[in-house]
Amino acid sequence: MKLIWALIRRDLTLATRQGGGAGTAIGFFVTVIVLLPLGLGPDQALLQRIAPGALWIALLLSVLLSAERIFQADYEDGSLDAMALGVVPLELVVLAKAMAHWLTTSLPLAVVAPLFGFLINLDPQDILPLWLAMMLGSIFLSLLAALGAAITVALRRGGLLVSLLILPFYVPCLIFGVAASRASELVQPSLLILTALVLASFVLVPVAAAAALRAYLK
Amino acid sequence: MLASAGRGEGIALPHASRWVKRGPMVQLHADSLACQRGGRTVFTDVNFTLSSGQLLELRGPNGAGKSSLLRLIAGLGEAISGQITLAGGNGDLSIGQQAHYAAHQEAIKAPLTVAENLKFWGDFLGGGDMAAALAAFDLGALADYPAALLSAGQKRRLSLARLALVPRLLWLLDEPTVGLDANSLDRLTRLLRGHLSGGGLAVVATHAPLDLTADATLVLGTAR
Repeated sequence: MKLIWALIRRDLTLATRQGGGAGTAIGFFVTVIVLLPLGLGPDQALLQRIAPGALWIALLLSVLLSAERIFQADYEDGSLDAMALGVVPLELVVLAKAMAHWLTTSLPLAVVAPLFGFLINLDPQDILPLWLAMMLGSIFLSLLAALGAAITVALRRGGLLVSLLILPFYVPCLIFGVAASRASELVQPSLLILTALVLASFVLVPVAAAAALRAYLK
Repeated sequence: MLASAGRGEGIALPHASRWVKRGPMVQLHADSLACQRGGRTVFTDVNFTLSSGQLLELRGPNGAGKSSLLRLIAGLGEAISGQITLAGGNGDLSIGQQAHYAAHQEAIKAPLTVAENLKFWGDFLGGGDMAAALAAFDLGALADYPAALLSAGQKRRLSLARLALVPRLLWLLDEPTVGLDANSLDRLTRLLRGHLSGGGLAVVATHAPLDLTADATLVLGTAR
């Protein structure tokens, strides 16, 4: 556990020193949300209806923005070779890197995203469920982003490919995330399904991503 | 059997660690290894046996498969035939987990300082001796320097300092001398000597002759 914590701590330090993680993602997110009412016109009722969905879509895209870099730097500078030879299984390395991505990118996004809901007339009583759903869903988003990053680790400009590969898998998270984000009787079951998605990806993503990384190192 | 005697003064390394567990005699044995890369046969029928305290030197022109062989030993590559075994080591760990693999890529993070880079690898690889690592390549004065500002040779020294940081049974070094000045080369030689006289094994691919007598030299074929 201490060994894994060392990796998470290093990634957090790198993210704060280099910048570009949460800052870029939040900047992109805000830009999309600001542009939306300009494109759709000032119809308050329409904006309120689409607000949770729009926030979720912006969240998905912002998380994917930085996804491709999760393993790339470590692959290029040889750190991944050394990590593969370490005593920590590669599966746990993947989990640690996904968690670091969550802490530096997805979680800050999920925390501030509902606050920007006021720009698109988000119903105030939807804020709390949206917040909960986004916090939960963001774990899933980071884990899946790590999978996409692992599959494309050696490809230059693999960013678009990551999006193409991973966005379809984001669909269930989007559907139940939006359903959980409107104050209604659907909130609780949707949150449960989101939790199930998070737990399933916790188990499956490290195995799949580690297999992909091993294939690249061969 | 132990050819490390008579190699002169080496740097003593801490070999007691929970990750280094071994019997009195360790043997790395390769049996008719063959390697293919991108459909091209790099080498076939490579055999060697390396015992505790011995150094194997890999020689051969560019593209002869020295790096491929090292990666193969570490478990980072796949042999198309033959096998490689380590007898007398820690049976619970793979060969790679008992080895240091130092390649051309330095595995250094530029935004971190020298000490932070070492600290991470020490923690991640199971507890390291920071003071020994800094001393091994005289990096003490650079400890708080961001790695981004290091010269190529200094980066190489930082990368090689991992060898002294965490004890490992087997060292796989891929042209470790590239970019090193005379002084650092001498330090590397002493470090290797200390490792070998402590019963460690080393496989070194190099073009520059080391100031060490290799127990065996393996010359890989010509590139096609």
